Amino acid sequence: MIEAAALERVFFDMRHRVQRALQRPALDLPLLGALLLLAITGLATLYSASNLDRHMVILQGLRFALGGVLMLLIARVPPTVLRNWTPWLYVASLLLLVVVAALGQGRGAHRWLDLKIMRFQPSELVKLTLPMMAAWYLHARELPPRWTALATLALLIGAPALLISREPDLGTALLVAASGVFAVFLAGLSWWRIGIALAGLGAVAPLAWPFMHEYQRNRMLMFLNPEADPLGNGWHIIQSEIAVGSGGWLGKGWHHGTQSQLEFLPEHTTDFIFAVFSEEWGLIGVLLLLALYIFIVGRGLWIASNARDTYSRLLAGSISMAFFVYVMVNGGMITGLLPVVGVPLPLISYGGTSAVSLLAGFGVLMSIHSHRRLLPR
Amino acid sequence: MAARPDSKHARIKDARHESTLFRRRAIAGFLLIVACLSLLGARFFYLQVSRHEEFSSRSDSNRISIRRIVPSRGLIYDRNGVLLADNTAAFRLEVVPEQVGRMDAMLEALGAVVPLSEDDVQHFNALRRTKRPFDSVPLRLKLSEDEIARFSVERWRFPGVDVVPYLTRSYPLGEEFAHVVGYVGRIDINEAARLDADLYAGTTHIGKTGIERSYEAQLHGKPGYEQVEVNADKRVQHSIKREAPTPGNNLYLAIDSRLQKVAETAFAGRAGAAVAIDPRNGEVLAMVSIPTYDPNLFVNGINQIDYSTLLNAEDRPLLNRALAGGYLPGSTVKPYVALAGLELGIRKPEDTVLSTGEFYIPGDSKRAYRDDQRWGHGRVDLRQAIAQSVNTYFYGMALEMGIDRFSSSLGKFGFGKPTGIDLIGESSGVLPSREWKRGRFNQAWYPGETVIAGIGQGAWVITPIQLGQAVSIIAARGVRYPPHLLRAVQEGINTDPQPAPLAAPAPSIIHNAANWTAVEQGMIGVVNTPSGTAHGMGDGFPYVIAGKTGTAERFSRTDEEWTSIGSSPIQRHQVLFECFTPADDARIAVAVALEAGRNAAPIARAILDAWARYDDAPREVTLK
Repeated sequence: MIEAAALERVFFDMRHRVQRALQRPALDLPLLGALLLLAITGLATLYSASNLDRHMVILQGLRFALGGVLMLLIARVPPTVLRNWTPWLYVASLLLLVVVAALGQGRGAHRWLDLKIMRFQPSELVKLTLPMMAAWYLHARELPPRWTALATLALLIGAPALLISREPDLGTALLVAASGVFAVFLAGLSWWRIGIALAGLGAVAPLAWPFMHEYQRNRMLMFLNPEADPLGNGWHIIQSEIAVGSGGWLGKGWHHGTQSQLEFLPEHTTDFIFAVFSEEWGLIGVLLLLALYIFIVGRGLWIASNARDTYSRLLAGSISMAFFVYVMVNGGMITGLLPVVGVPLPLISYGGTSAVSLLAGFGVLMSIHSHRRLLPR
Repeated sequence: MAARPDSKHARIKDARHESTLFRRRAIAGFLLIVACLSLLGARFFYLQVSRHEEFSSRSDSNRISIRRIVPSRGLIYDRNGVLLADNTAAFRLEVVPEQVGRMDAMLEALGAVVPLSEDDVQHFNALRRTKRPFDSVPLRLKLSEDEIARFSVERWRFPGVDVVPYLTRSYPLGEEFAHVVGYVGRIDINEAARLDADLYAGTTHIGKTGIERSYEAQLHGKPGYEQVEVNADKRVQHSIKREAPTPGNNLYLAIDSRLQKVAETAFAGRAGAAVAIDPRNGEVLAMVSIPTYDPNLFVNGINQIDYSTLLNAEDRPLLNRALAGGYLPGSTVKPYVALAGLELGIRKPEDTVLSTGEFYIPGDSKRAYRDDQRWGHGRVDLRQAIAQSVNTYFYGMALEMGIDRFSSSLGKFGFGKPTGIDLIGESSGVLPSREWKRGRFNQAWYPGETVIAGIGQGAWVITPIQLGQAVSIIAARGVRYPPHLLRAVQEGINTDPQPAPLAAPAPSIIHNAANWTAVEQGMIGVVNTPSGTAHGMGDGFPYVIAGKTGTAERFSRTDEEWTSIGSSPIQRHQVLFECFTPADDARIAVAVALEAGRNAAPIARAILDAWARYDDAPREVTLK
């Protein structure tokens, strides 16, 4: 009943709120500025990587706009409202994953749910609802969490992650699981428990081998030795390393990356766009870009630290740290540091769903930031 | 219904402690992230700085590819600039094996779009084994417009297969020059193995016979190269650097295509060969071998049926009779025997010999050597002996010379060894000698063999080019200018053709000019006296012609074949004719061999007529 009243109040208040939003947006300007800079960098890189395809850039720009609107809308929703909705959102997204698994459609992989008017990827939703759920669960408990709480959390995190990994979408499963795990980490799970958990995970990991898809195993093997099959499975890694390495200190210049322009680099607008960036902007460009990412993560963690309750803190913290996972996994992939896993470079890789869900996540951060002191009701 | 967890556990939650705990964890997490991203940054540093050189060069070798530019083959002209071998534009299919998944399946599918013969496929498969997998290998040559159109529609199905323009060889005068110019054909696997891979990169054809083969090095040229930027599909994006190829040299042959044409026509399809040589320098003015074939058939891969027809034809059109046709010289050797006898001092020109119709080796009355007139020619001197082709005169002369002096003297006219003409495939023929018989049959030499050697019978085998050379030596008063086809070479289109270098001739083989004059007069008599064997052959010709006939039976009279051919003398005999004109200052010498015929002189006359018609030298009116 109380939420109903809160909802009522929200709706009654709508006109007033819209007016206020226009007058004084509830946004963190440094974070917004950094995201804007990143988006512009992304569009410029995409324009070069797509070989000056305006159409792609405009489409990506529209997605950014859509994500931006979503970010502004979410930023207006108080964290307490989000918290109240959390279990329902989580259950709903979990159900959608089950539906996808049952009748989902996709190109080879079952990731999409065709809603006729738009295609919808429930796993993108889970990227938000899972950290929300972990934060919601931990919020109510004594921190740091104990073994029993950990077991429940393992179930809450494991179920969606497993469903997504069977789609198969290892990259998203990894990101989803990471966001949940970060919530637990930020909740103050004692270091010795972390140690035991990591050791256990390390011991169990090889058991995953028989359950992996053929292409996933190949990627593993190629990661270990790409030169074994330079024209086949190793091609991506080798060409990507050549692109990165040939960039040098200063890079070949914008739209002068031969590896991507001449199509030696596969997937050069999506998963491997970081290699294009590295080839064209060199180490200097890469370090600046990494610095920008570190700034965004750091700013996110700062917002989290200043949040007004545990739920907000954990949610903001885990969203920020999950953002880092994108960068690390993608950067590790294109430099041969990590196996090939389909994780986009946030706000740079071409593709709609991740951009929209990322910006929605930043909307949550903005909301937490703008509601750090004010009581919404 | 919604849980309110905070209300339930609010009592035991310590908000301040949790906040501090979070802050510590956030800092720890941030440091962890910075550490991880630093590791990533270090990896970038390792790739972009430490290994930059390596990746930079790998990136370049990815994008830069060197394409050979095939030089255009030199053209071949006759002495007047008439084009004998031309380059014309055509299209062919090329395949880059590296880009083809399953070759067999691809070839089968491609065969449904563009017809591929078994030959094409075999040739392609053999050739691609000698090439690197990223080299383009020709599969089907000379595509028709229709085939190009059909392939273009289906091209997307065949990655690695392309239609490529190229220059193909064509021979405008075709059959007339098949035995001189020869033809080019696809490089076969043996040739590919021995050729310089750089020089022939991208080249598909090579001279197989004739001038095309013997002057391959001159005609081929030097390939250029182009550094191009390619994309991952190896498709060329643009050119970075280009060095133009050096085209092959253009060749000017000594042959006059007008004489060639006349000579070919004069044979009227009868098998044989004719050679016309300028005795002043050895330039071959005409060289025909009948029957002939169309060299254009061979350029883009002759089909099996055409080839076996040519190869197995009874009259052997692929054989260059002028170089490799072996003929019994018969009486055509008499002028050389005569000159040798005079030079050796066996007779004087005015010495006479009685021809009774029969000749016996002294002390051996069992075997008679006959004259062609049953009752003989009576008393004849050297001039008459040549003019009337009196066997008895030469029987005795040869016998007196003895086989050793005979073979060494006649060898000076070039018999028994290749003339060294600038074509490949020349036969040596056979100059009768003791050594030859010992080597060939391991038998002793008999005097009777010397006797018949004196009239060009027995072991003798000559080729028309040898006869042409020999009559040229006589025409040039004993000086041998090696016969050759190449007259001038043009390096690049902007330069003037430079004359091909000539070897300085050896001194005359004749020591006494009076001996030469006597033989020459005998040969003039052949054509210009009523009893001459080629009487009337020179009628109406502006210059005095000196000549000699020759007839040889193709088969021994005891041969089965002779009886089966029966009465037709045309079938039984091969006839030869040699001549030169103007007699005192020869500018052309002709040798003709006709395999089945009565008289070869008209063919020689036709050539001389053409020569006289087209000869640029001022006309001399010589009265008989």
